[in-house]
Amino acid sequence: MSVTVIRPGLLSSLQDAGRPGHAALGVGRAGAMDLPAWQLANALVGNRRGEAALECTLAGPGLRFGQAAVIALTGAAIAARVGSQAIPPWTTCLLPAGSVLQLGGMSRGCRSYLAVRGGFDVPPLLGSRSSDLHARIGRALQAGDVLPVGAAAPLRALPARQNVRVLGWGPDPQPWFDFARRPLALLHGSHWAALDSASQRQLYGGHFTLSKDSNRTASRLDGHALHLAEPLELVSEAVLPGTLQLPPSGQPIVLQAEAPVTGGYPRIGQLAAVDLPRLAQLRPGDTVCFRETGMDEALARLAAHRQRLTRMLDAIAQRLETGA
Amino acid sequence: MESPTRFEALAEDALLLRFGDRIDIELNARVQAAAARLRRLPRVECVPAYASVLLRFDPRDWPGDGGPHRQLQAAAGAALAEAGDAVAAARELVIPVCYGGEYGPDLAEVAACCGLDEAAVSALHAAADYRVAMLGFAPGFPYLLGLDPRLVVPRRSDPRQRVSAGSVAIGGSQTGIYPEALPGGWQVIGRTPLRLFDLAAETPALLAAGDRVRFRAIDADAFRQLAARPG
Repeated sequence: MSVTVIRPGLLSSLQDAGRPGHAALGVGRAGAMDLPAWQLANALVGNRRGEAALECTLAGPGLRFGQAAVIALTGAAIAARVGSQAIPPWTTCLLPAGSVLQLGGMSRGCRSYLAVRGGFDVPPLLGSRSSDLHARIGRALQAGDVLPVGAAAPLRALPARQNVRVLGWGPDPQPWFDFARRPLALLHGSHWAALDSASQRQLYGGHFTLSKDSNRTASRLDGHALHLAEPLELVSEAVLPGTLQLPPSGQPIVLQAEAPVTGGYPRIGQLAAVDLPRLAQLRPGDTVCFRETGMDEALARLAAHRQRLTRMLDAIAQRLETGA
Repeated sequence: MESPTRFEALAEDALLLRFGDRIDIELNARVQAAAARLRRLPRVECVPAYASVLLRFDPRDWPGDGGPHRQLQAAAGAALAEAGDAVAAARELVIPVCYGGEYGPDLAEVAACCGLDEAAVSALHAAADYRVAMLGFAPGFPYLLGLDPRLVVPRRSDPRQRVSAGSVAIGGSQTGIYPEALPGGWQVIGRTPLRLFDLAAETPALLAAGDRVRFRAIDADAFRQLAARPG
């Protein structure tokens, strides 16, 4: 079974949970920008081993399915159809052999995930099938690419038919895909105290705009430039996804999934882990604002988020299992 | 054993241990020695840099009073305080380099900047004993400390869109090797035929932080012969 790329969309790449553990080699984590959306897409097709799914950015690709396939779309609200039939997101769908899935624009959000039962089965590199465009490991989809799909037993809840079938139930995306403009929680970074006081106020009280130069490496923020009270002489040290750096331009950068492993700019903040996917779903031009958080609150939110997500994944697995 | 000067909780899953605040070969040697001990901590990723070591962990692995950072800080302190020499002798690698010509397009400019001739720059570069301070910038890119102070030159004012794979270059007081064709602003003085990063290899990066490195000057014929060898 394989999927042929008819047109690649704006920027589509295979992603899984990434390749943690290799930062000492200069290799970053990469992986899905919105990990909960990626996990939920896999869950909806019954994948349980962290299979690679397709991450689409702003405008999706056109794909031809060689054989019947079970798919699910999560994340940004993306237009999807097979022929004249609309394919709803956040549920499980069966596409008959030969289907051409046309993924279009996104009415809300920036990144959507297409999982296929069995997973996209390209060879793993350092334990991951994620493309890391920044590190030049893997690459974005191109027209004509043929993506192999792993073998998987048919889904009891959706036996193969000659026409498109939609399971019709799925998780409520609201907690995971929240479009409310609530501020993102930001921990103080190592060099927060070195900002001048106006910049400290601006960082937590002001508004920024997500720059069109944002990508899988960094979300760049336009707005009032931030300044240090005194220049700092820094030596490069490890940086992470979520690290808010201040380059000489004064326009802060939030590092993302394809963050380099080291950096030498002042580290003025660290985005709370649970808010990183929310930032990943903002579109160029969207407003970004931050609120102060502390480590205890960040850890508590992360633990609660993991519990909710686990419950949701278990509920989906159970429902697919029983065919209800 | 050197103790960190500061522990910093960077993120829910990250603790940074600072050992100093400068680029210095002796300080970095202490960082590498600490990293070797910290790698014994179970399920903790250890990322050494010039003057710090980052520990990444799953907060669920470190329950207990005061939160995961305090628990891990205590475990890291204990690992660093353990008696005995945890550190294996550093590996020593020799990297063949063809200096100048098409392989080192900035050698003449570096020589002019240093007030030396090209042969002297190559000789001084190949004579030094280097240490890999860290890998970063790109997979397998080594930042090497130990450059002769006479060879310190500023970065190029107009960075190149493409620096060839294997390029040996100087950036300020450091020298490094581009593992693949990349954009870059360092002054390229030579090129090695060795492959610095190979995803298909069991050990993808040729070099690791803490390694000792020397360069050996080779001529263009030797470069071509070595480059033609498989693997």
